[in-house]
Amino acid sequence: MNDQLSAESEAETGEIELGEWRRVSPLTIAAQGVRMLGSAIIPAGVVLFGAASQREMLGQVSAYAVPILLLIIAANIVPAWLGWYRLRYRIGTSDVRLEQGIISRSARSVPYERIQDVSLEQKLIARLLGLVEVKFETGAGGKEELKLSLVTEAEGERLRETVRALVEGADEGAAAAKPDAAGEAETRTALQPEGRLLFAMGTGRLLTFGLFSFSLVIFAVILGAVQQLEFLLPFDVWDYAERYIQDEGYFEAGKYIGGMDMAARIIGILYLVLTVVVVGMLSGIAKTFVRDWEFRLDRTAKGFRRRRGLLTKTDVVMPVHRVQALVVSTGIIRRRFGWHGLSFISLAQDSGKANHEVAPFAKMYEIAPIAREAGFELPDGAEEWRRPSPNYYFDRTLIAALFVTVIGILVFTAAGTSAGQLEPGMFVIAGAVVAIIVLIVVRGYFLWRYDRHALDPAQVLSRRGWLAPQVKIANRVKLHSVEISQGPLAKWRGYCRLHFGMAGGRFSFDGLALEDARKLRAAVLGSIASVDYAQLPR
Amino acid sequence: MDAEPLTQLDPSYTTVMRIEGLLTTLPFIIGAGVLSFAEVVPAWAPGIPVLILAILLIGVLPMKRYRSRGYHMAADRLRVVKGVMFHADTVVPFSRVQHLDVEQGPLERAFGIARLILHTAGTHNASVTLPGLPFDDAKAMREDIRQHVKRESL
Repeated sequence: MNDQLSAESEAETGEIELGEWRRVSPLTIAAQGVRMLGSAIIPAGVVLFGAASQREMLGQVSAYAVPILLLIIAANIVPAWLGWYRLRYRIGTSDVRLEQGIISRSARSVPYERIQDVSLEQKLIARLLGLVEVKFETGAGGKEELKLSLVTEAEGERLRETVRALVEGADEGAAAAKPDAAGEAETRTALQPEGRLLFAMGTGRLLTFGLFSFSLVIFAVILGAVQQLEFLLPFDVWDYAERYIQDEGYFEAGKYIGGMDMAARIIGILYLVLTVVVVGMLSGIAKTFVRDWEFRLDRTAKGFRRRRGLLTKTDVVMPVHRVQALVVSTGIIRRRFGWHGLSFISLAQDSGKANHEVAPFAKMYEIAPIAREAGFELPDGAEEWRRPSPNYYFDRTLIAALFVTVIGILVFTAAGTSAGQLEPGMFVIAGAVVAIIVLIVVRGYFLWRYDRHALDPAQVLSRRGWLAPQVKIANRVKLHSVEISQGPLAKWRGYCRLHFGMAGGRFSFDGLALEDARKLRAAVLGSIASVDYAQLPR
Repeated sequence: MDAEPLTQLDPSYTTVMRIEGLLTTLPFIIGAGVLSFAEVVPAWAPGIPVLILAILLIGVLPMKRYRSRGYHMAADRLRVVKGVMFHADTVVPFSRVQHLDVEQGPLERAFGIARLILHTAGTHNASVTLPGLPFDDAKAMREDIRQHVKRESL
């Protein structure tokens, strides 16, 4: 086969030669075939199963089953092979090139100056085969980056080292004229290449994290699966539910419950609640373990290096100077126990999310050194925190409460006209409306008390949120524009929204008093305008 | 909003907006005509909403929009103000401008005005548009800002 040339040179030299066209690992075909088969085999099985369950069809189907399966396999392997055959890449002297496409070809070239970072990702199948996906991130927002899937682990590591060295060279060349680049280069080389551990999560920590990541998504998943695969079940779920109501099954169930004494009822309810809580916690733990297994954050010469994952293993490096802002987030319960999470907002993306989680579950004393390493200072109480305009919270609470009231009245009258008289169910509706309104008012009050913002000499800080409060810290000189906007209501009531243009994320303040917003804007603009963007370390 | 006086846009920007309003109402006028001819409803009925739309889009809004818009060019930043109902006041420091565009549509060309567009690296406000500038002014401003970007980069 023709692949011999690239496979051999790879095996023999183990070096990446510049300007040489290469192919990804041939095992990619297997990985892709397995993945596509996996998605094709379930429907195929279902069709065969469905046909076979009708007795008279059994004879006919069994004769065709093997050819059909072979055809499915061939239909998966051939495009995978063609795709592999028609894909080639080149690590050139000034750019990375990738040509792909079976019939319509696409050629992409990414110059080294534009490569933000090279990251490696291993999904389950790739991991079993010892392959990695190499991503060259450009900060273009996910879709338009250059991806090599898949190459062998050793090749991935080599590619990363080679390209990083080339990117570094390109950066230094561009920065040669700048006076402040030299100092940075010095600190870079001064660090050991191996890096030092900043943060890691052991099994105990993961377990605690999982307990706090209580999630009821599993119930939605089960419900969704039932809906998708109900034809495989021996009984019809919706029929069953319908019959349950038609035959007044609930009446019997009610009688059954009515027959129990108070203690049994309470135990029953407790049992139900406990089951939901336990399942929620278990699914939270499972999710956390799969995502954050062997979480490890290192400070290397190039930046922050994060490794994590049980099934899909990822290895991401974030250059320090590309961190635009910090987000310290927490939850309303975990805050009581002193647990917080730290993530970076940067130009590159982290599996679709704009924020890079660097310490998802940590105590403040663990977060502070990481923040300092990234060049940010956590708030220490010396800042002058200011509150947004109370009018904003009053208006929002009023509008939300009015909305709920109107809906409640509509539902109440609808129920009243259909029932013709007052029924106990209608008091439940009224009670629910009142409860929701109380909740909205409490929330509005809490937010007004809690939300604040501050300005220190180098940073802008914002603290927001109710159930998941977070503190955002942005570097003043890394902001790009400032906008003050007002709707009609805001204009009348004297508040506004302040928006900062930030690369890779959102940074806005809702409901600031106009005077405050102007003061913030003037201060931030002063620091932005004094530093040119091109002089910022990229 | 702030103390510094805003520079008004070119008055022919209003005319351009009026013509754009007319173009927007044209399909509605045709639709209303068809409805009147078809005699589904009384012949005068479709005229009323179209008339209201025309007064708003051609008569009232262009003037209001023109009055609400303005800009201020300081030594190191450009401030763009706009919005009748939803007010927005954006400031872009020249040192954060990535690249610049001067654009002209066919209507704008006929009246000799242009749009100046400033692109920044931010996700929000990635491009800030200032419409209704006299074409020569727009070009001059572009050169001015470009000089600034160049000088500070060196």
